[in-house]
Amino acid sequence: MTDTLVTYSNIAVYSAMAIYALAFIMFTLDLSRRAAAPAAVPARVEAVASGSTAVLVEPPLVDDAPTKSPRYLRAAMALTILAWALHVAAAVLRGVAAGRVPWANMFEFTLTATAIIVGVFLVVQFWQDLRFVGAFVSGFVLIALGIAATNFYVDVVPLPPALQSAWLVIHVFVASLGTGFFALGAALSIVQLLQARRAAGKAAGLRFLDTLPAAEKLENMAYRMIVVGFVLWTFTLIAGAIWAERAWGRYWGWDTKEVWTFIIWTIFAGYIHARATRGWRGSRSATLAIIGFTAVVFNFTIVNLFFKGLHAYSGL
Amino acid sequence: MSQPSEPTQTDSYRPQGHYDAAEAPIQQPKLGFVGYLRFFWRQLTSMRTALFLLLLLAIAAIPGSLVPQVSSDPNGVIQYKANNPELAPILDKLQVFTTYSSVWFSAIYLLLFVSLIGCVIPRTKHHFDALRARPPKTPARLQRLEGFTTRSAAGDPATAVETARALLKRAGYRTEVYDDSVSAERGYLRETGNLVFHTALIGVLVAVGIGGGFGYTGQRVVVEGYAMTNTLASYDSFNPGRFFTDSALVPYSIAVDSFVPTYETTNIAAFGQPIDYVANVRTTLRGGDPQDATIKVNEPLHIGDTQVYLLGNGYAPVLTIKDPDGNIVFSQPTACLPQDANLTSNCIIKLPDGLAEQVGMIGFFYPSAVPLADGTLMSNFPDTINPVISLNMYTGDLGLDNGVGSNAYALSLDNLTQIAGAASATPAIKLSPGESADLPDGLGTIEFTSVPRFVSLDVHHDPAQTWVLLFAVLVVAGLVTSLFIPRRRVWVKVASSADGVLELEYAGLARGDDPGLDAAVAELADRHLDQLAPKVEP
Repeated sequence: MTDTLVTYSNIAVYSAMAIYALAFIMFTLDLSRRAAAPAAVPARVEAVASGSTAVLVEPPLVDDAPTKSPRYLRAAMALTILAWALHVAAAVLRGVAAGRVPWANMFEFTLTATAIIVGVFLVVQFWQDLRFVGAFVSGFVLIALGIAATNFYVDVVPLPPALQSAWLVIHVFVASLGTGFFALGAALSIVQLLQARRAAGKAAGLRFLDTLPAAEKLENMAYRMIVVGFVLWTFTLIAGAIWAERAWGRYWGWDTKEVWTFIIWTIFAGYIHARATRGWRGSRSATLAIIGFTAVVFNFTIVNLFFKGLHAYSGL
Repeated sequence: MSQPSEPTQTDSYRPQGHYDAAEAPIQQPKLGFVGYLRFFWRQLTSMRTALFLLLLLAIAAIPGSLVPQVSSDPNGVIQYKANNPELAPILDKLQVFTTYSSVWFSAIYLLLFVSLIGCVIPRTKHHFDALRARPPKTPARLQRLEGFTTRSAAGDPATAVETARALLKRAGYRTEVYDDSVSAERGYLRETGNLVFHTALIGVLVAVGIGGGFGYTGQRVVVEGYAMTNTLASYDSFNPGRFFTDSALVPYSIAVDSFVPTYETTNIAAFGQPIDYVANVRTTLRGGDPQDATIKVNEPLHIGDTQVYLLGNGYAPVLTIKDPDGNIVFSQPTACLPQDANLTSNCIIKLPDGLAEQVGMIGFFYPSAVPLADGTLMSNFPDTINPVISLNMYTGDLGLDNGVGSNAYALSLDNLTQIAGAASATPAIKLSPGESADLPDGLGTIEFTSVPRFVSLDVHHDPAQTWVLLFAVLVVAGLVTSLFIPRRRVWVKVASSADGVLELEYAGLARGDDPGLDAAVAELADRHLDQLAPKVEP
């Protein structure tokens, strides 16, 4: 039974990866379309209600390029949603097969954390149109899943005594949720930096940027993502300390993973303060956000695999 | 200044999220001694310095994750020093092996906290004043502010102003009527949360310091059937805080009746992996009755102001050694250090007295022994399926007579000669429980009597732990409040009233990040209009 579920889960992972790859291509094509028609009025597809059914009305075909832009984007979003459904199914099946939460080793954590990153990306669309970071998100998730499936894969094994705690559910889940927000914040900050360079006349080649929000708007959006991530990260840190007190007999012991969690917390605390400091708003704080997310990735990969510490749960 | 109604202040008075426009060049006055002190204090408490110290703290924390630390990995430090004989003394001088208590790391975080205190105190005072102040006068030209919108309605100015004021009051604003306008402000809790957050951080630091100073930790290995007491002499190792006194030790004893591990046997991928560890103990407080209890990995035991953790386990084979006349010279369990997941364990036995010569033994205990092709043994399961102990024996000087303390888990072979083992005529002695063998050179006999298990218990006392948790909770509460409660000012103004038609103006001002301001002003305008002309269609 377990083996069957694990097989289904793995099939779902690889299928999701294939569809994420297609979504990534669509997102990239969309960016290139944006570059092809920067000055055109953003094409709009209107839903017109006629009777009880809504009919999609294409705008009149003036030029071929601008109408294709949203079509690629729509296809990319549809593919992302499909891939995400498979991705979530893979994580759930893995959890059911193991009889516990699907984040007890590096493979499972990557599987779940990337699903959460995409989930945050999709949910945030209801509140703000961030589809233009779709290429970043789908590309990042595709690479992470690929590495996890080939290099981090381990069989389903029971939890060692140290992980048998309700805090595994809370601490790790909130950490991955925070990672999702930091990832989006970093994506927006990268676009913000590009936009700032373009405004300064240094990135003339990147014409797709003309269709994206201005640097200041991007900065505000990134900030809102990152403050949510920061609150979640603070909670992760405290929940981790409470758990460490239960499992290891001390709430803080400068274990390598604790050190890096603290470093990341400090970098993002610095980011939030940078926005209130003269001369640090704008590109400098964006750089901090990107450094912060890089540290998150470093903490998860290099620290897990090569640093000696108590968080030795990679399963590798 | 982006806020014309505010008096001029230094950075530290600003609410969180506030920022200024570019500065004009400043004419520097001459400073005296006190002037310089004030200057440096201002510098230290400025946001720029705080930011610099924060980033410096992040960078300073990195070395401690690259190099093993005395506090978390003392054996790793020894290993590192042996592997890097040239680099290690330099790192030692720079206190890199104790990064988080080093002078330079401490200097950074103490400066950061001084800067923090220097920022929080004046801001608290300023916020306290702001809490009692009236919302500022309505600006003359609202159209220059955020979310500016206008409406027209029928009615008289006084009613319109009073209705707006009531609306705003119900929405949690503080209001003040100035002529034909209402000035309102809300979100003071944002700044309160911010101050709580920063103050709680100081609280965490102080509580951690107090806990470390008055607390203690002790480690003790206890074999099944034996007991430990909470006294200094009972511990194998003990780490008191700076202000620790013996009176902090609440007298109690913990007897370990049994230790029951469970290992995976059905899932081949995880065969032999531990599933559960349970130590069954009997605890006795002084003058009390014994009570049964269990200690598990995520479930420490609370007793006598301490927490007792189950942090390790292994085997402690009981060996009985007799002299040639049959007198027992040694019969006790020896805790053997586990070497791998299948609990192949390293045992050290030292017999300075009782036999004709001083005898030392280095043994390997295999709970589930299987022979390898070359004749050596290995263990393929952590439980005792086929327990075997293999002992190399040495005679000579154990180095215990000079009074210097030595590691019980290591045997120095410098002045010893092997009498049983690969390097001598007699092979290593291999025994299963119940078996016995003659010692070489007619020294006597040895019997493998039984294999009890041991647990290693960690006893912690931290009087400030609850305070740390309390402040940590305040940190989160303050953070959420300070980041997500919008602080904003809103104005409603009757611009003109002619023929009973009022021209109403609405506008807001964000103080800090406030994405919903425009929508909030528009909603206020609509609701205000609803109230002024409830059923009149425009």
